Amino acid sequence: MDVLFDILGSANFWAAAIRIATPLIFGVLGALICERAGVLNLGIEGIFVAGAMTGWLAVYLGAGLWGGVLIAAFAGALFGLLHAFLTVILGLSQHVSGIGITLLATSVSYFTYRTALPDVSSPPRIAAFQPVSIPGLSDLPFIGPALFQQTPLTFLALVFVALVALVLYRTPLGLAIRAVGDNPASVEAQGLSVVGLRVGAVVVGSALMALGGAFLTMSAFDAFFFGMVNGRGWICIALVVFASWQPGKALLGALLFGAFDAFQIRLQAQIGQVVPGQVFLMMPYLLSIVALILVARRADYPRALLQPWTKGQRH
Amino acid sequence: MTDAPVLLSLQNITKRFGALTANDGISLDLHRGEILALLGENGAGKTTLMNILFGHYVQDEGDVRVLGDGGLTALPPGSPGAALKAGIGMVHQHFTLAENLSGLANIRLGTEPLLSFGREGAARAKVQKIIAESGLDVDLDRRVADLTVGEKQRIEILKALYRDAKVLILDEPTAVLTPQEADGLFVVLRRLAANGLGVIFISHKLGEVLAVSHRILVLRGGKKAGELVTADADRRAIADLMVGKAVAAVVRTPASPGDVLLALENVSLHGASGRSLSGVDLKLRAGEVVGLAGVSGNGQSGIAGLISGLAVPTSGTMRLYGETVTRADPRALVANGVARMPEDRQHDGVVGTMSVADNIAIEEVRSAAFSKMGFLDRKAMRERATAAIAGYDVRCQGPDAEARLLSGGNVQKLILARVLERGPRVILANQPTRGLDVGAQAEVHRRILAARDRGAAVLVISEDLDELFALADRFVVVHAGELHDAGPSEGLDRGTIGLMMAGQSHARAEMAS
Repeated sequence: MDVLFDILGSANFWAAAIRIATPLIFGVLGALICERAGVLNLGIEGIFVAGAMTGWLAVYLGAGLWGGVLIAAFAGALFGLLHAFLTVILGLSQHVSGIGITLLATSVSYFTYRTALPDVSSPPRIAAFQPVSIPGLSDLPFIGPALFQQTPLTFLALVFVALVALVLYRTPLGLAIRAVGDNPASVEAQGLSVVGLRVGAVVVGSALMALGGAFLTMSAFDAFFFGMVNGRGWICIALVVFASWQPGKALLGALLFGAFDAFQIRLQAQIGQVVPGQVFLMMPYLLSIVALILVARRADYPRALLQPWTKGQRH
Repeated sequence: MTDAPVLLSLQNITKRFGALTANDGISLDLHRGEILALLGENGAGKTTLMNILFGHYVQDEGDVRVLGDGGLTALPPGSPGAALKAGIGMVHQHFTLAENLSGLANIRLGTEPLLSFGREGAARAKVQKIIAESGLDVDLDRRVADLTVGEKQRIEILKALYRDAKVLILDEPTAVLTPQEADGLFVVLRRLAANGLGVIFISHKLGEVLAVSHRILVLRGGKKAGELVTADADRRAIADLMVGKAVAAVVRTPASPGDVLLALENVSLHGASGRSLSGVDLKLRAGEVVGLAGVSGNGQSGIAGLISGLAVPTSGTMRLYGETVTRADPRALVANGVARMPEDRQHDGVVGTMSVADNIAIEEVRSAAFSKMGFLDRKAMRERATAAIAGYDVRCQGPDAEARLLSGGNVQKLILARVLERGPRVILANQPTRGLDVGAQAEVHRRILAARDRGAAVLVISEDLDELFALADRFVVVHAGELHDAGPSEGLDRGTIGLMMAGQSHARAEMAS
């Protein structure tokens, strides 16, 4: 019990939880936008890799950090465009296309990395984003170090949570996105373009996913490794269901997962001699499955999710 | 009426789908303040014509002209956006609403710049003004998923009016309504027309067309069969125009009910809403047709599920020939002489990718008739299918044709052949003629009544009251999962049934007193 309180009581733990949650926040927001429009994007795992690689490589080749972020987002948008072309315009299976995108984006990223840097043995480093201190807020006891000594990308992720919620719930565009994921015919009958909305949502959502990857190489670490995304994209797909497709709950889900992960790292240090390390590594995933079981039974899926739309066809 | 300016003019519209000419040189004018009924059988070309008008389809020949600032101007073909802009509003048979949004959100959808904060307040004020003028009363803030069908329809009409529609097209608007709700809709439509709207009302129900329209255009086989002013119209004449030939009415002789073959005793069923039943009593007697009326989604699917062997009562008893049915076992029911005609015949009645022969045999593949030593007897299946195709006039390429290629009417005849050739003792006919033309309808009715006269107990579930009055010897009405006995069909009228469908179970008693 003391161990538990020691961990939960340290500002350092909460700072780590938020840091671990950051890529998930980007990813889950991206997946949420796609799915709200009715398109499942299983390309997310590969798009994470692509974002991580392109952002890092751009900086390594001399671009600024924010330039790298933009390039990562652009790479994600391109893969999103491909997924949208296959699933929205051609109406192909979203599962198959998504997994194809993941394989393609991952391979192309590794290939590009190897081609660009044929001779390196240990991954080269870049000068990554550093934590910024916000005057006043960062000096608050406990809350300061926990919340306000993060890197800029973490703050950007939080801004996006608010932005996505604002667009989704407060603008006619959000109305149209929510409608097209529920019943494309409703959008069509009101003179809006089903294809335009869906393609746009998938492209923007995929760009956000890539930012999740970019955070890994440009903020959490300062180099690109093979296998570094390590299933984070898949976790986001589960978190969207957990979040009932709502940005606020998506943030909560990502933070919960981050907290579990940060917790297991610390617990491992404390009682790692008694319990094998793999059990700790398993814990966040196990807990997310439990959380899903509790929540997903009542999940209110966008009704048109996975359904291709053909103009003029009866539904 | 003809003094009013023409709002909309269709000129020589022709539309072909391959060899089929769905619309053949149809012209019509719609005036301001007029309700024009487009009357015709299924397949007469009504919906095709309206889909051209609204830009869902592109016509092969002809023009759609709409009154604009500079007089009548032709609409660009194939553009719903242009039709909307020109002031044409369409209420589709299948609603086009996003169910996860509120009514107001659905109305606003697509009317405001996407990248803005919207104009919810102004939109609400405008919609409320329209509601006040038209009487289309509905809660704007509830999720559409939680609205009744009638309320969803009002949202659809409001959507069109909110966009300042000059012409409102309603495709089979009463199919989903109770008679009272339909009357309410007619009141609204008359009021809207009085305020200057032009309304096109598509229907295949003669009675309601006579009740609501000013002018009637009859379509038959893709052509204009006639055009008349409602006030001078003669019911019989219109019916003949519609059908083209006189269809012999099916005559129902008095029933001679025998033993109770299937009984539900105080049955409750817990399930999804629209399926649940509470305290239902129902007796189906040999040689009698019981008609089950009700607005769809009030428990019909629960009763159908019980009799199909897809569900067993949560409490209470279901007896077949006096014996309690305790397990959900469709195969045992079929083996014991229960025939099922499912509501969604294309989905639940046939396997589309299997042949007609396979579909004929599908319920009895284990019986000696269709199998030898555990293997299918293909020859016997084909023989039965060939006989069924001839005997029931199933129009198809032959026993090997895939069932999905058959039209709805022919699928229903295939199902009739499958279930009736077994000589069933209990028959469940769920929406037996939905979507069929008058000829096929009469055939199905004749077969059902013949089965009754042979001694079968029949339950007909239908949303078409005319059909129930044609078939049923006795009426029951389901509302909110409760079943109410309405008694013998003699002496019943539509109004009484309608009130009971709306939940006033004492309506009959009041009428009697």
